[in-house]
Amino acid sequence: MTAQPKIKVENLDFYYGETQALFDVSIDIAEKQVTALIGPSGCGKSTFLRMFNRMNDIIAGTRHTGRVMIENMDIYDNGIDVVALRKKVGMVFQKSNPFPKSIYDNVVYGPKIHGVRGKAELDEIVERSLQDAALWDEVKDRLDENAMRLSGGQQQRLCIARALAVEPDILLMDEPASALDPKSTTRVENLIGELKRNYTIVIVTHNMQQAARVSDFTGFFYEGRLVEFDATEVIFTKPKNQQTEDYITGRFG
Amino acid sequence: MMRTKTTSRAARNKAWELIAAGLIRAVSYSIVVVIGYIVLDIVVKGLPALNWEFISTFPRKSGSEGGILPAIVGTAYLVAGAIIVAMPLGMASAVYLSEYAKQGRFTRIIRLAIITLAGVPSIVFGLFGLGLFVIFFGFGASILSGSLTLAFMILPTIIVSSEEALRAVPQALREGSLALGATRWQTVYRNVLPYALPGMFTGSILGVGRAAGETAPILFTVAAFYLPRLPNSIFDQVMALPYHLYVLATQLPEAEKVLPLQYGTALVLLLLVLVFNLAAIVLRNHFMKKVQW
Repeated sequence: MTAQPKIKVENLDFYYGETQALFDVSIDIAEKQVTALIGPSGCGKSTFLRMFNRMNDIIAGTRHTGRVMIENMDIYDNGIDVVALRKKVGMVFQKSNPFPKSIYDNVVYGPKIHGVRGKAELDEIVERSLQDAALWDEVKDRLDENAMRLSGGQQQRLCIARALAVEPDILLMDEPASALDPKSTTRVENLIGELKRNYTIVIVTHNMQQAARVSDFTGFFYEGRLVEFDATEVIFTKPKNQQTEDYITGRFG
Repeated sequence: MMRTKTTSRAARNKAWELIAAGLIRAVSYSIVVVIGYIVLDIVVKGLPALNWEFISTFPRKSGSEGGILPAIVGTAYLVAGAIIVAMPLGMASAVYLSEYAKQGRFTRIIRLAIITLAGVPSIVFGLFGLGLFVIFFGFGASILSGSLTLAFMILPTIIVSSEEALRAVPQALREGSLALGATRWQTVYRNVLPYALPGMFTGSILGVGRAAGETAPILFTVAAFYLPRLPNSIFDQVMALPYHLYVLATQLPEAEKVLPLQYGTALVLLLLVLVFNLAAIVLRNHFMKKVQW
């Protein structure tokens, strides 16, 4: 692991109203690596992911204790600009959520919000983002078409392109391939391998093979606790914790 | 033993099923019959009175002769005024309630107020308009007072239907936008409102239909018994279709003689409301085809 973690979480507890969803989670996430968060449904891994771009803020009645640091800044500090944070920390959702606009307008949505106006510049962002999301060749001749008419796999890659268009440092992916067919899944997984050269990626997944294939580090969540966190190779070959072993060998989950 | 018992119960259930289905169907059909009868009655008796002269000339002799042009124009002004006031207010409230307000005690109070407002009898709105706009603000009996009164009456309809339209926009669109670093307003303005507007307009237009037809709210605030000229400003009184109908039906000595005029006026009012509602439906269908998720 690199000396300086990109994201550092210390003793995080998180609550939905009275219900505690995360218990004393601490983790160091390395820069330009893929970190996978695995665990059964409802274990808190998605909630945890949404801490990094403060998406839990929009849910009423949530609160937390502990610290979430990105590049040594506590992102829950009062002085933090949430808009700037979310520009830096992009997110791809489980259910692909292209906006019901043209492909082009989907990609430029973020840049326009952040003040990019020039047509040439926007064109360039669209091409680069779609290239990076491995979608350009499929859609370059129909950028004006409504994004809702793309296939499921294309929609998800469009959402990735849309996230890349605002040039984030960190990319959060919440089960990005769970609704995709095997072929599209492979494409997205290959894409993740490409993207990690430039981005720090945190991916939540149900699919353990996927975690094993795409990630460098893996954290296993169970009932709101981070049970074990280590290099992916270690987690999948010689986990130290019995629960982790039971989960990855399919004894529960 | 067991077998006969179950079969008899099955037979009973089946009988009840038939009875219940029949009853529900009969009730539904009877609604159509009632509406159909009313519309048919008005159309059949009103059509003979309906001609170009009727809708394009001024009334004569307290309305017992001549046309209803000032009433049509008056109603058009009132409705336009009501919508200009109520739509921005209603839509803004709906956006606040749906997109900004923290759901809690305060929003519950606002919602309670809206429901109460929706349940207030229209004559009470009329008195409220008389007290506030006509007397307190000194607008007098005028288009302004009448439009404002109607606006408050249709406000709940607009708020509720606008909120519904906003809620129909998938949460994923908001999250997707916020996750890209958009502010809440940018999200609402760029990624929620465009998809909710058709629904919001539809609800507003339904409110318009109601504003056009109400008599009580305009009774004390604007409606003129007999005013055979067109208004010059929003501080003028006007005639209005529903009130004119009321006058024709009850206030003239020879109500029988003007019966065709009553039906003609009713038909014009009905057509006007129908046009508004049709516009709402066409608009909604048009936009629903365009927006898909």
